[in-house]
Amino acid sequence: MKVTKKDLENVAVLSRLSIPEAEQKKYIEQMDAILTYMDNLSAVDTENVNPTTYALPMANVFREDIVKSSLARDAALSNAPVKENGYFKVPKVLED
Amino acid sequence: MNYEAVIGLEIHCELKTKTKIFCGCATGFGAEQNTHVCPVCLGLPGVLPTINKRVVEFAIKAGLATNCEINKYSKFDRKNYYYPDLPKNWQTSQYDLPICINGWVDIDVEGQKKRIRLTRIHMEEDAGKLVHSGTTIKDSISSDVDYNRTGVPLLEIVSEPDMRSAAEARAYMEKIKAIMEYIDVSNCRMEEGNLRADINVSLRPEGSEELGTRTEMKNINSFKSLEDAINYEIERQTEVLEDGGHVVQETRTFDPARGITLSMRSKENAHDYRYMPEPDLPPIITSDETIEKYRAELPELPDARRARLEKDYGLSDYDAGIITSTRAMAEYFDAVVKTGADAKLAANWIMGDLANALNEDSVDIAKSPVEAQRLGAMILLIMKNTISGKIAKKVFKEMWTNPDAPEKIVKDKGLVQITDTGAIEKAVDAAIAASPKAVEEYKGGKKKALGALVGQVMKATKGKANPQMVNQMLVAKLGN
Amino acid sequence: MRYFAQPGHVLHDMLVKKEISATELTKDVLARIEEVEGTIGAYLTLTKETALKEAAAVDEKIARGERTTFLEGLPGAIKDNICTCGVRTTCASKILEHFVPPYDATVMKKIKAVSPVLLGKTNLDEFAMGGSTENSAYHVTRNPWNTDCVPGGSSGGSAAAVAAGMAIWALGSDTGGSIRQPASFCGVVGLKPTYGRVSRYGLVAYASSLDQIGPLARDVTDAANLLNIISGHDEMDATSSAAKVPDFTAALREDVKGMKIGLPKEYFTEGMDPEVEKAVREAIETYRSLGAEIIEISLPHTSYAISTYYLIAPAEAATNLQRYDGVSYGERVDGSDLVEMMTNTRTEKFGEEVKRRIMIGNYALSAGYYDAYYLKALKVRTLIQQDYTAAFENVDVIMCPTAPTPAYPIGSMISDPLQMYLQDICTVPLNLAGLPGISIPCGTSSKGMPIGLQIIGKALDEETILRAAYTYEQSQDYHKELAPLGGTN
Repeated sequence: MKVTKKDLENVAVLSRLSIPEAEQKKYIEQMDAILTYMDNLSAVDTENVNPTTYALPMANVFREDIVKSSLARDAALSNAPVKENGYFKVPKVLED
Repeated sequence: MNYEAVIGLEIHCELKTKTKIFCGCATGFGAEQNTHVCPVCLGLPGVLPTINKRVVEFAIKAGLATNCEINKYSKFDRKNYYYPDLPKNWQTSQYDLPICINGWVDIDVEGQKKRIRLTRIHMEEDAGKLVHSGTTIKDSISSDVDYNRTGVPLLEIVSEPDMRSAAEARAYMEKIKAIMEYIDVSNCRMEEGNLRADINVSLRPEGSEELGTRTEMKNINSFKSLEDAINYEIERQTEVLEDGGHVVQETRTFDPARGITLSMRSKENAHDYRYMPEPDLPPIITSDETIEKYRAELPELPDARRARLEKDYGLSDYDAGIITSTRAMAEYFDAVVKTGADAKLAANWIMGDLANALNEDSVDIAKSPVEAQRLGAMILLIMKNTISGKIAKKVFKEMWTNPDAPEKIVKDKGLVQITDTGAIEKAVDAAIAASPKAVEEYKGGKKKALGALVGQVMKATKGKANPQMVNQMLVAKLGN
Repeated sequence: MRYFAQPGHVLHDMLVKKEISATELTKDVLARIEEVEGTIGAYLTLTKETALKEAAAVDEKIARGERTTFLEGLPGAIKDNICTCGVRTTCASKILEHFVPPYDATVMKKIKAVSPVLLGKTNLDEFAMGGSTENSAYHVTRNPWNTDCVPGGSSGGSAAAVAAGMAIWALGSDTGGSIRQPASFCGVVGLKPTYGRVSRYGLVAYASSLDQIGPLARDVTDAANLLNIISGHDEMDATSSAAKVPDFTAALREDVKGMKIGLPKEYFTEGMDPEVEKAVREAIETYRSLGAEIIEISLPHTSYAISTYYLIAPAEAATNLQRYDGVSYGERVDGSDLVEMMTNTRTEKFGEEVKRRIMIGNYALSAGYYDAYYLKALKVRTLIQQDYTAAFENVDVIMCPTAPTPAYPIGSMISDPLQMYLQDICTVPLNLAGLPGISIPCGTSSKGMPIGLQIIGKALDEETILRAAYTYEQSQDYHKELAPLGGTN
């Protein structure tokens, strides 16, 4: 297996997901099949090939430094799960 | 064993643009929470960033002013980590192709010049602000988030680990601050967090080339904290090593009140930032033409200005260094000299009485109650012998709270120097008559005795007699 | 008379001639929705009341004798991953169940400027991740040609709505085929414009370097008209093209004489349904008979396109979806501290396929795997782009099937994600290369399911593929058939 239980745990943490024990096997098998398939890329010679990040080449797209109106605070907070006094509220940041 | 400290700084410098780096929201300090926000900087679903042209201009200028190469092809990347002050849970930053690389600045510590290398300068967005419910993050049951600062443009200026003491680190940071002020890209108000540093400190046995394990202190925002944190950390690491222990690679917080650093005791694994090129932002390709255009727009920089002051005015290297250490002081000096005031006198007054007074009242030189024009006018009074240097100190003190022209103050307070020969002669005669002992001693060859006589004359004239004239007249009357 | 089965340009002419009113038309389409939405499930949110008000406003305008332009008063639907100010936008995810954008996507501003009637938001695979709309967190959408089958995806709701007469037109988004493949499955026209032709501002990002908004329509004329409205540079999208936007309807000419059509041999091999191949080859023969020149070409890196796409798209998605953390919008599931709250929220509110792609993306980006997977994919992407550049030196358009099979039964693929991914072979290479592509109906299978022909163009040359599509369409009647709503459901 390419994808181990430890790999899954690691990517779950990076993904802020928790995968229950009962589902781990399924995810591992599926990800393993997918990533194994993707190994076909290793057959491609990319020695002198540059990576492509963009669909089409473009560069130097800038915005002038001119102030635009911001959102009204009520609108900014309108989707907040928890808000108080004009702030977004979150539970304690540090773990115990 | 003797240890050598190895120190590197990552300085975050907030740029003074009107708008944020990736959206049109106003920057600006002190607005009500969550009022400088829009869908883009809130990271709402569907939004896209756009690059503020000014930020790129400022970054290139900062690079040119610190002797960097400008990367012809530069791009933004996503630095991924989860934190509630980061709405997208990534910071848009630059990874492998920063806008500026391989620079340097020269610093002075106790007359010793030293070159500090810059690894890179890159552009990135600032994060928001968390307000904790408790007194510290550790005892808070919840936190409030304000996204006004989210997306304010930052330069991250990364040095090589070239510094060996707290004093060098301070001198380096002062130099960076001066340069950013000179080129006018940042307000550099450390108390507002415009300029803050992450410090890396490690120790190694003297003579060793290998780097030791380092610790990092984040968000240091005063020069005093910078020095205290480094000195404490050097001491702490020395103790650890001398006790045969190992320094743990970690981030520590600095408590300025107690002057100590503390382990964050973070459970988090080493970050895996999973840097990825930002597909929403096309790359920045900078032509030689653009670089030269920005170079031509740069003002005279601290080192050049310092050399000019030495050359044009004969200031000492030390004095010129202090005068040019901030753009505001250098400009103040220039304005004083422009009034016709003698440059050396101007330098002495600025570094002496003015600096003390500013310091005492915690006033910025740009807002000095004694403006450059008035200080220049006062120095001109000294040069014209209208007042003595000693009287000038009184005049300066008065000027600090009195907005009148120095000429008027001198007149109103009757501080005009006595240059009337008759009046001075009268006081000289009186002094000779009153101090036969001093006269005797002087005539007996004890030239120092003249001082007592001068003092008496000055006292009798309430300090207003021209000291040179008093001197000359006494010498003439008493014979050599 | 029922109007819902007519193409938009026909209805537009009727509005102009006052043969119908926008209100009548809207009521007719709403009645159709009433009839069949329970079976099809194309919508996530319906905005009936505002739709009727919008229709009434257009009627007043017509009554005043003012000129109307295309789309005015024509009822249409918007894929629910395009932000609509004041109207819930869920991306078919539980994590945005109550999210109401405080802003309009740029395409919505452009669309609203011509006063159409907006019927609602259509179903999709959660965050546009999927090819069957089965990954919606709310409900499946059924194929109007056979309700036992999927409508394709991820713009399955938009395609099904147009096919079933529940919308005259619709907008979708296409990251790896999400407009073209459901268009093919539902027997409608679907156009993915060149990357950058249409602003992405307000399109909830799945994979930023691949996403593109485009129209789903009854026929090629409607698609060209819609493209006219939504195209153009947008200062809010730095990747939007600054190129001048032509009048795409000017390309609607019956003329393929001398047009060079490339047939990539790599697209006609393994896994291809024989009926699909037959229909597509027949369509090609039609082009030949109309005077086009058919040239066999090679796109040698085609077999690497799936791997490349399914590394790049999940990597971009993994970061794009990091923002759904319960902090400042979207759902929150409580936890004892911040990390737990974020983890609980994402674990409970994301669906399985979304989680799988996020994890694959983070795997590909993580330390130790970055070079072998993500960076490698970026390099192969370069080679795939070069394949097209080389091919387009000799041909004007490239043709191939839109999908290797017609629509398949609901539930038949969902448990095998890799098998599902492999179905995207005909569509993902264009997204990797940023090229425009259109899917038009070119036949039906023996089971009566539509088959789509895909026409691929050069970057920013939507005109040529529209001309090719229009010419073929004029020679056929496939696009005039209305989905029969057959099936056991």
